[in-house]
Formats: sequence, C-alpha cells, structure tokens
Amino acid sequence: MNIIRMVDANDMEDIAIGGAVLGTGGGGDPHVGKLMAQQAIRKYGPVKLMDVMELADDALVVPVCMMGAPTVMTEKLPQGDELMNAFRALEAVMGRKIDAVLCGEAGGVNSTTPFVVAASSGLPLIDGDGMGRAYPELQMVTFTLHGVSATPMVLCDDKGNSLVLETVSNAWTERLARAATIEMGGSALLAFYPMSGAVAKKAVVAGTLSLCARIGETLRAARAEHSDPVKALVDLLGAKTLFHGRIMDIERRTEGGFARGKATLTGVEDWRGQTLRLDFQNEFLIAESDGKVLATTPDLIAVVEADSGAPVTTDSLKYGQRLMALAWPCNPLWRTPGGIELVGPRYFKYDHDYVPFE
Amino acid sequence: MIRIGIDVGGTNTDAVLMDGKTVLAGVKAPTSPDVMTGVVQALRDVLASAKTTADKVDVVMIGTTHFTNAVVQRRDLAPVAAVRLCLPATASLPPMVDWPEDLRDVLGNHWYLAHGGNEFDGRVISKLDEEELLGIADDIRAKGIKSVAITSVFSPVSSEFEKQAGEILGRALPDTHITLSADIGRIGLLERENAAIMNACLRDLSQHVVEAFRGALADVGFTGRFYLTQNDGTLMDAVFAERFPVLTFASGPTNSMRGAAFLSGVGDAIVVDIGGTTSDVGSLQKGFPRQATVAVEVGGVRTNFRMPDVFSIGLGGGSLVVDGPDGVKVGPRSVGYRIVTEALLFGGSTLTTSDIVVADGGAELGDRAKLAHLDHALIRRARDRIAFMLEDCVERARISADPLPVIVVGGGSILVEGPIAGLELILPNHFAVANAVGAAIAQVSGEVDRVYALAEMTRDAALDDAKRQATEAAVAAGARRETVEIVDVEDVPLAYLPGNATRVRVKAVGELHVG
Repeated sequence: MNIIRMVDANDMEDIAIGGAVLGTGGGGDPHVGKLMAQQAIRKYGPVKLMDVMELADDALVVPVCMMGAPTVMTEKLPQGDELMNAFRALEAVMGRKIDAVLCGEAGGVNSTTPFVVAASSGLPLIDGDGMGRAYPELQMVTFTLHGVSATPMVLCDDKGNSLVLETVSNAWTERLARAATIEMGGSALLAFYPMSGAVAKKAVVAGTLSLCARIGETLRAARAEHSDPVKALVDLLGAKTLFHGRIMDIERRTEGGFARGKATLTGVEDWRGQTLRLDFQNEFLIAESDGKVLATTPDLIAVVEADSGAPVTTDSLKYGQRLMALAWPCNPLWRTPGGIELVGPRYFKYDHDYVPFE
Repeated sequence: MIRIGIDVGGTNTDAVLMDGKTVLAGVKAPTSPDVMTGVVQALRDVLASAKTTADKVDVVMIGTTHFTNAVVQRRDLAPVAAVRLCLPATASLPPMVDWPEDLRDVLGNHWYLAHGGNEFDGRVISKLDEEELLGIADDIRAKGIKSVAITSVFSPVSSEFEKQAGEILGRALPDTHITLSADIGRIGLLERENAAIMNACLRDLSQHVVEAFRGALADVGFTGRFYLTQNDGTLMDAVFAERFPVLTFASGPTNSMRGAAFLSGVGDAIVVDIGGTTSDVGSLQKGFPRQATVAVEVGGVRTNFRMPDVFSIGLGGGSLVVDGPDGVKVGPRSVGYRIVTEALLFGGSTLTTSDIVVADGGAELGDRAKLAHLDHALIRRARDRIAFMLEDCVERARISADPLPVIVVGGGSILVEGPIAGLELILPNHFAVANAVGAAIAQVSGEVDRVYALAEMTRDAALDDAKRQATEAAVAAGARRETVEIVDVEDVPLAYLPGNATRVRVKAVGELHVG
C-alpha cells in the first residue's frame, strides 16, 4: 500500500487550518473536530493517509461527516461515540467490512472528523474528498455527479438515536436527513455514500487532505519567516485577492437549519471607496462589489484575516474586522452542466449565472 | 476633573495625576510583592509631585496586569471545579481539554459533566438533576475546592440552567465562589467555559487585590470612586471587578497603546511598550489598538474575548545579557523588579540591558562607575542585538508598507538608540508612564442586550434603536455625548421564538465626562 503520509496529533493542527481555508467560511470551525481527532490519534495511533488509486476495485469505502449548523457544533459538542456508531451500523447494513475511510468534505470541521474514525478503526484514510471545499447540503458532492447513492446511510445523535435511511435520490436524502438533524438538536454525525474502490477512483477529488496539511504548513512557515502569509496562501492555491476591507454590517438569520446572511465590507488601501458584499449560506457563495459579481459558487471564495492569513468563518464575522477576500477556481467536475445545476448560484436562489473565475 | 491613573505592572507601579487633558505629574515606584505598598508609594509620590492632596482627586482608575500574570506564571491560582451542564451531549471533549497540562494541573483538573443544557432553539437537552448536582457538591466539598465555574450548553441563548445550578451549588457550598459562563462569554462552548474557569481560579486573588487597592487608596486619604480597566479599554467599578477579574486580561497593552496615542497626538502608529521584562508591540488605528480577529490565547488557553492584537517579546530594561559561544543573548529572563538591587549599576552582580545602555552613555541611571570594567566590544554587540530585536518586532507589527511612525513608551524606553526599521521615532512626554495615562483616560461604556421581534419592525430599525439605547447608557454612565462611538454590534436570531425574534447586543463607549 502506498502511504502518502502518516498523520500524527501535531499534523492535525496544520490540517485544521487548511480545512478552514477550504471551508470557504463554512463547514464549521475545525477546532472541535481537530481536538477529537487528536484525542483519537493519541489513543489509537497515527492515521495512514492513502492514495485513492491504491484502492482495490472491489474495496468498500465509506465517507463520514458531521451535519448541521456550524454555530451549533461549536457550542454543542458531540457525545463522542456517534461517528463510530454510524460507521459500524452502516457496516452491519452493508453486511461486510469497510476497507477504507473517506472524507466527504475537505472544508471545515469535516476535514478532521474522518481522522477520528480512521484512528479509532485503524483503517486507512483516502487522501481526497467529495467536494474539494465545503458545501451546505448533503447531495452536493462529486459522488452525486457519478451516480453514487447517499444511501444506505446511518445518522446518529448525541442521545444515542440512530436512523438508517434508504431513499430514492440524494436530494431526498438531504431533505429527510436535514429534518432529522434539526430534530436531533441541530447537529448529527453520519456515515453515507458507501462505494466501491473502482467508483471512488473516478468520483473522489483527490489530494485535498494533503493540500489541507500544505496550507497549514505554508501559513505557519510564512509567519515564522515574517513574510506575507496571505501572499503565500494566494500563491499556493493559485488564487487572486478580490478585496481588502473592513466589516461594516453583518446580517444573519437561521433558516431551515442553515446560517444564512450577508456581510458588507468597506474597502481600505487599494479598495478605498468600494464596498464588497458577501452572501453566505454556511459558506461564502457570492462576492459582489458595487453591483458587479466578482466570483460565485462553485469557485472558492475564502475570507482571511488581512495580516495573518488566518481563515475566518461566516459565524465568526464581527463588526470592524479587517479582512481580505480571495477566490480561486473550483475542481473541473463542478464546472460541468451537472455540477452547475447541483451547486451553481441559481441553486442557492441567487439571480446570477455562473461565470467561471480565472 | 482631577484624576489619577495607576498602572500596576510586574516590575513597576506607575501613577499619573491629570487635570483634564493635562498631565500634572507622573511617577514610578517599584511593584511590591504585596501590591499595596507599591501602590501607596506611587500615590504618595504622585500627589507630592503634583503638590496636591487626595481630597482634591475626583476619581482613580487602575489598570493591572496582576491577573494575566497570575495565569501566565501559574501562581496564586485557586483550584476550580468545572461543572458542565450538558449530558448526554458534549462528553467527547471534557473541560480544559485544550489547556496546557501544567495549568490544568495547577487548577487540579477537577471537572464534572451533569445533565442540563439547551439545544440551539431553546429546547432542553435534559432536565437539571438536583440530586446529581448535590452529589457533585459533596465531592467538591470533600476536595476542599472553593471556586466553581458553571457552563451550560447554549447558555447565551438561555441562562436559566446556569442560574439554577448556581443556586443549588451555592446553597450546598456556602463560602464558595460561583462563576456563571453566560456572564462572561458568548457562543462557543470551550472558549466560554475556559474564560469561566480562569475567572473562577482568580476569585480569591481578586478579592485580595481589590481589597489591597481599596486599602492603599484609604491609606492616602482618598475616599472617592475608583475603577479598574477592562480589556476593551473601558472601566468597571471595583465591586464588579472583584467578581469578574478575567475581564482585566490584556488591559495593560490596551492602556499603554491608548496612552501612547494620547501623549503623542498620533492616531496611526506602531507602539512599542518596553517594560522591565517584556516589550509589547501592537498597532494603533485612529487612536485605538487593532483588535485581534482570531481566537486569542491567554497563558496558552483559547478564549473568545475581544482583545488588542499585541504580541510580546522577552526584552525589557531588566533583561539578562549573557555572552556565550553563539553570540550575545538578551532575555527572555529578567531580574524584573529586583533590578534596583541586582543590576550592576545598582551594585548588584547581574548584567542587564540597562547596564549596557548606561555603560554606553545612552542614559543616566545608577552608578556608571560600577560599569567601567565592561568590555566595549561586548557593549556594542549587546546594543546591536537589542536593536535587531526591536527592528524585528516592529516589522512584525507593520500591517502595510506605509511608513507609520513608531511610538516608544514604557520605563525601558532607554533601550532605544535611534530610529527602528528606518521609521520615524516618537518618544512622547511622560513616555515612561503611558500605561497609567491610558488608565486615566479609559472610557466608559454603555451596553444593550435585548430581544427584538422583527415581525414588528425592520432589522435596521431594531439596530438603530439598540444603538440609540447603548449611546444613552454610555452617557448615563458618565460619557461625554459627542465622544460616544458604537464599537460592537451583534445580532443573534432566536429561531425558537415566534415573530422572528432576534437578540441584539450593542456596545457604545465614550470618554468620561471631564470638568
């Protein structure tokens, strides 16, 4: 088996930072997931990160995730057994052993949750995920574009409830799982999208977990050398700086289990006199300046602290913060007609066509 | 209005006496191990220097790093019982999970997970179990712990469980301090719990320190109002400070930066505050310290306070200078307040940065003859090393290529030989006591925290109403109306209440009304 790297408890610091950058403002603060992963790695040993191409075609691979509103996860932490409960229960439903753990979403808290299961089970973790970023809904994965069903799926909560879903489409899985998640108190943990090694090789956005680690390492190194962390990050990601400004207003509402809202920034330095509006639905989805759309989903829009390059989540936006907005192109799988239909601006009820960000 | 600002640092206790915007006198006295003696000394000196008496003074403002230092140095901290109301949720990560081990050990690592807590929408996770809490009280009593921090899941949305548990534990454990997390922090369980636990471990000390301040002021005949400064640069009265010592964290850097802006008349600059043991470096924007936007750690513990983005390096007037095979090393060890006996120039036997500067003719201090034996090459290398350290930290604090001036304040300012990093250098009058000036000019705040039903009014109208009320509250607390600014606006939708209810928090600050 070709092991890309062994991930120990210290490496989780870098991965959590990288996960927050790919989280594009959402996916939840990885801090809680990082602490859980570190606890599991200290108890069971380091995690083997494996190239997806190394999987046997008939291997069974299962992604695990946390689902719910980001603010809920920073306040109501998991009970602790939910992830392994969901993983083992899905194994029972499938009637066979799972061979490898997969990451559903490399952005936010879910960049770290698969490490808990990989460490606890001793199974390898695939270096890749189903998004290359973060998204608010369960069907928004490249797995869907390849016809993989989200079910059978197991959803577990902190009270010990578990739910097995069999649905007719991934959109239905999202609707039913979302309703259950809200009932469960706004956050739940799940194992879903069971797939073969052969399918995983086509459907996985490869290399995203090691990219998370490199993002963390890059920011850390830039700060240690006193060079510009934002520039180092822009270079690593092939991104562009959209805006530099200060938050003048944040409007939030919680709707159907999502943190929706918009933030308005007023420009400083080269952007003086301009304003930027960021629309978010857990993640930053649209960046618009004075009526002109600068970038939209599925391209990635990340907001970082202007001086340190530290990623800022939509739920930690505060009045007066000085921030920089960056954008870079998404994985090509998202730019297909099917991808745009699944995660383009119109899906999120914004009246814009997708214009690729280059 | 005559006011006295006092800054109690690890090395020196500084005091200034101001009449309106004029500094009439500024003095420094060594900080004493009991705190009080040093404060009394500084008060007597500043009154004598301004040729006035305590009965002429209207108000006293005190900034202290005592509580931050206690946590950073792990001393005078009381054991704490951390009680989390949460079960069955949150058991994956226990209280203090992300703390440095040594600090956790000092506090005893006593924690209890109990039933209680709310969901995001106000529903109950599980009911409070009085029997369970009484069992926890028995254990706390048996362990002899005298301070309890209670954190309930989603207490910023509903603090009922914390209050009820506080009453139950308070009845079962008389003479025990109870800290409720909802009084201190916001959403973010671990960070709010961390702040509550740190507050709890400081309660014994805060009683002692506030009593010492009260005693020191009485000792010089002052009977008026006195305040402590908080991390956001505003004031809290002594009774409140005794209950919430954690709110003084990082008030030192805030005071020195605001003092530097006031004394120099410059609003945008980099401020280097050189003390006896460390230098604090940060940047000033429109007269206020730039706020950190990411989680700030205090003594290695993650919190979600709003704090100035300041970093410290181990360079001060008392820093040890050690020559070795790898070159000359300066700091981070320091003689601290013992400089007056241990530095060479005061007849001691330890080579410090102050000795180097005085030997080089950079300042008049102590007995220069005691430094005659120092090697000239060593003096040069040590000064170069100090200059390098200052340049490095100023470069780190620069947030743009703009040539901002550097304001140097603090008792250790003699370490600066000339311009740092090629930037304009400002050494304002009274630079040595900028912290105390910052305390003296600390502002008063007004806060509004209420629920609006957005079915009845627009969000903008609700925010405007809250801003107006916060402004009025600041004015009522003594702020001059034309100086009041809105510094914090936060609205949290309460999805569980009908009528699209939202909780709005607004904070306004202004200058204390003068004259």
